[in-house]
Amino acid sequence: MHTPDFEIPAVSTGKHMGFAWGPGDILVYETLYKAKGTCASSSGSSLIHEVRKDEDIYSPILRKLFNESHHIFVGLQTVGEDVPSKNKKPHISKNYRSVIRACMEELQQLVSILLAIELIWNLCEVLFIDAAPAGSLLLHLLDWVRLHKADVDEKTREVLQSESPAEHHNYWDVVVSYVLQGRVEEARQMLVKQANLHPAARGMFKLMDKLLSKMPFYNPRSTQTLTEFDVIWRHWHEEVDRCLQDNSFSSNQHLEFICKILLGDEDSLLECKDLLGTWYHFLVTRLLFCHPTVKPTDLHYYAQSCMTMFLDSRSVSEPLDSILLASFEFDIHQVIKDCSIVLNNWWFVAHLTDLLDHCKLLQSHNLHFGSNLREFLLLEYASGLFTHHSLWQLAVDYFDHCPEFGRVYLELQIERVPLETERKALKVLRVCEERQMSEQVRSICKIMATRALRNNRLGSALSWSIRAKDAAFATLISERFLQDYSTRGTFSDLDLIDNLGPSMLLSNRLTFLGKYREFHRLYGQKHFSKAAKLLLSLMTAKIAPQSFWMTLLTDALPLLEQKEVISPHALSSCSKSAHQSLWDKNKTKDKDCR
Amino acid sequence: MFVARSITADHKDLIHDVSYDFHGRRMATCSSDQSVKVWDKSENGDWHCTASWKTHSGSVWRVTWAHPEFGQVLASCSFDRTAAVWEEIVGESNDKQRGLSHWIKRTTLVDSRTSVTDVKFAPKHMGLMLTTCSADGVVRIYEAPDVMNLSQWSLQHEISCKLSCSCLSWNPSSSRVHPSMFAVGSDDINVTCSGKVQIYEYNENTRKYAKAETLMTVTDAVHDIAFAPNLGRSFHILAIATKDVRLFKLVPIRKESTSTGPTKFEVQIVAQFDNHNSQVWRVSWNITSTLLASSGDDGCVRLWKANYMDNWKCTGILKGDGSPLTGSSGQPTAMSTVLGSSIQTSQNALNGISAGSSLKALYISAHSPNHSHIHTPVGQDCHARR
Repeated sequence: MHTPDFEIPAVSTGKHMGFAWGPGDILVYETLYKAKGTCASSSGSSLIHEVRKDEDIYSPILRKLFNESHHIFVGLQTVGEDVPSKNKKPHISKNYRSVIRACMEELQQLVSILLAIELIWNLCEVLFIDAAPAGSLLLHLLDWVRLHKADVDEKTREVLQSESPAEHHNYWDVVVSYVLQGRVEEARQMLVKQANLHPAARGMFKLMDKLLSKMPFYNPRSTQTLTEFDVIWRHWHEEVDRCLQDNSFSSNQHLEFICKILLGDEDSLLECKDLLGTWYHFLVTRLLFCHPTVKPTDLHYYAQSCMTMFLDSRSVSEPLDSILLASFEFDIHQVIKDCSIVLNNWWFVAHLTDLLDHCKLLQSHNLHFGSNLREFLLLEYASGLFTHHSLWQLAVDYFDHCPEFGRVYLELQIERVPLETERKALKVLRVCEERQMSEQVRSICKIMATRALRNNRLGSALSWSIRAKDAAFATLISERFLQDYSTRGTFSDLDLIDNLGPSMLLSNRLTFLGKYREFHRLYGQKHFSKAAKLLLSLMTAKIAPQSFWMTLLTDALPLLEQKEVISPHALSSCSKSAHQSLWDKNKTKDKDCR
Repeated sequence: MFVARSITADHKDLIHDVSYDFHGRRMATCSSDQSVKVWDKSENGDWHCTASWKTHSGSVWRVTWAHPEFGQVLASCSFDRTAAVWEEIVGESNDKQRGLSHWIKRTTLVDSRTSVTDVKFAPKHMGLMLTTCSADGVVRIYEAPDVMNLSQWSLQHEISCKLSCSCLSWNPSSSRVHPSMFAVGSDDINVTCSGKVQIYEYNENTRKYAKAETLMTVTDAVHDIAFAPNLGRSFHILAIATKDVRLFKLVPIRKESTSTGPTKFEVQIVAQFDNHNSQVWRVSWNITSTLLASSGDDGCVRLWKANYMDNWKCTGILKGDGSPLTGSSGQPTAMSTVLGSSIQTSQNALNGISAGSSLKALYISAHSPNHSHIHTPVGQDCHARR
């Protein structure tokens, strides 16, 4: 298999390429590596190329798909053990498909790609999830083909809207197409129009109508067994054959052709290549008219041979073909592998594999993978989402449901989400807090605190430090507040400091800051007694920074005038001990200097 | 498969290193023109150079960002035998309007007697610690005890590796699980046949770094080395750029409780890629360690990935298209955007690795009420790009 390569423009030969990993991209630049002993020099460089994978998550169009499928994914994880009769999986599968269809309606450009995905998913649903047994299998496959061959109805509309539908140049194409899809009722209705035009041939048309009406279709809800159905079908087949051998339709080439189709004649079917369009339509039609009771395990024989017959040697087999073939072979592993390669993002394989895993289909196959594969794909998909500025939030749920590596992947990647605004930082924090990712919480708060401090937003820095439970940083910021007060005489961010509450206890300095501010408040409200008590306790508790003692003493002076409030004795003893400590401190300082 | 767009870097000489910051919104480049440039990414994804200044008196080999917990801090190392620490100063408002910022030098580390070949910050749980390695074979570990004062750094450890050092890498995983460790690579050509990768580990008792392991099988010059981010594994993965790309697994062997020496490791080679068919100069991991990139003498960058069965293989190659740079250096060339429109990228979606797989048949079969779709060569634009 060829490894994809990609040329970076304007990097000349003879140069090396340097690189640096980024979030979801890689920077590449021209350089020259050499042993670092020598001085390297060369002509001016200078383009840096930002390379990233051409993935569709960058398309805003698919956002809806990701958002809607996210809901379904989350719902699926919480679906309880299924009671067989209430199996929700096909319903959930249909939900996914309805989400896909909802997106299709909005986007013309993505239609063809989504159709292919839906085609594959639909087939996987039929084969793996519905797991239709013989009998029902063909009916499901017919539905599948009809759903993906919408142009028949287009043509029909065109024909019916014409003046004389039976004479329209596409008329017989429509009839044959209906027959090829097993839509016998519609075919019969169309044929009536033709019959009316040719009263002389009424008998022939009546015969064809009879044959069509008697075509047996297996009814899974009836009491009829598959064997019984088979018998009835063979009878019908023989009857049609007799009509052909009798030349009952020989005077009308179209009806004769239809008769041959009803018999599943290979050559006739191959003549309808244009109408069939694809080898898998050919396959289903062939099964319809030759092996309606086909067993799931026999599908791949017919699939392979039909593909070979339909695609002549000139046609190149497309990736889609091998994926469908692998599905018919019930080789889930191969389907997932091929889809991973062909599709440009992990969305499809991640969700489909997860669903198949929930249906317990991965374990029953090759034991080397299974839940490991599911988790691997989900991690890939979610990691891809994480580099997007808003889709990262979806990714979180995916990581939550990856039991082995989900948490550590989330821890690694959530730290890297750029915190452009406070609002975004809070969003990221909420995710971390909900999951008790305490280290990530601390780190994010610290980053925000540092940033705020750099920009001199002390209040913001303080609240982030408190949230980070970073005592050292809280101390530092409190110091700054106090310095500010010393120089300007007022506090900033009063709201914050007034409402610190128990978080005040994070650090001594912070406690002091909060209490000191409280002192000011009490004094301002003329609660002198309380204010004085507080001031005194601040001084005795020794949590005041030394630089502040003079300030505190100065603050006490006006209170002295309120003689009943503060005893000069208490004040002087505090003053003395403050003085003493300062003296001791200076002494030790002198000692050190010697 | 890939889309690219170009940024005119405007260095006057070779670029030796490019480094994204932690969040991927800023980037630093350094060059033989002795300067460092800092770039900021705007809301719409454009890069703007917000600072450019002369940092050393010789080629600047590497530039690296500290963790944002420590603020906006860069370190650079150079042929001029020094490493330097730079801090961004919040500028005047008119500077901000012009989109400029200022970086000032906080310290110069002059202990090395030879070219300083690599500079890396240690994992953040170790505090603000800077590590350099030099051609004189010495690894130096510095610490800034006060993160508010970045002009004070003390040399905490000086480790002589006996071989000229070219690169170093710290094991990023947290210290709770195992002691701090780093790996050093050597490109010493004078000593052959000895292991060119050494692993050092911190010992709590001696409070020093001791050599835990030498990778004896790596005997050729080592140009780059990178520990993979740890995803809760009990073992470590180390990528080495030497004459090929090598991946080693280091499995700690359980220590006796009485043992005081460094951890013993079982060294296993996980993979060896010689696709570059030449010297490999750089290796680097993406954030989740799911992708490894390597760059070689063949002028290519290769991307390596392990599947869910842990089998490694090459998943992409980036190479130069061989065309010379248009316009002389110093003149800004137009920012070319090769990025396709959303239409084109979406239609590329199913054009995966298999080259030439136009899904024309798909368009026909899947849905074509309007048959003109069949003949529109939708996929051809992207093929021409290849």
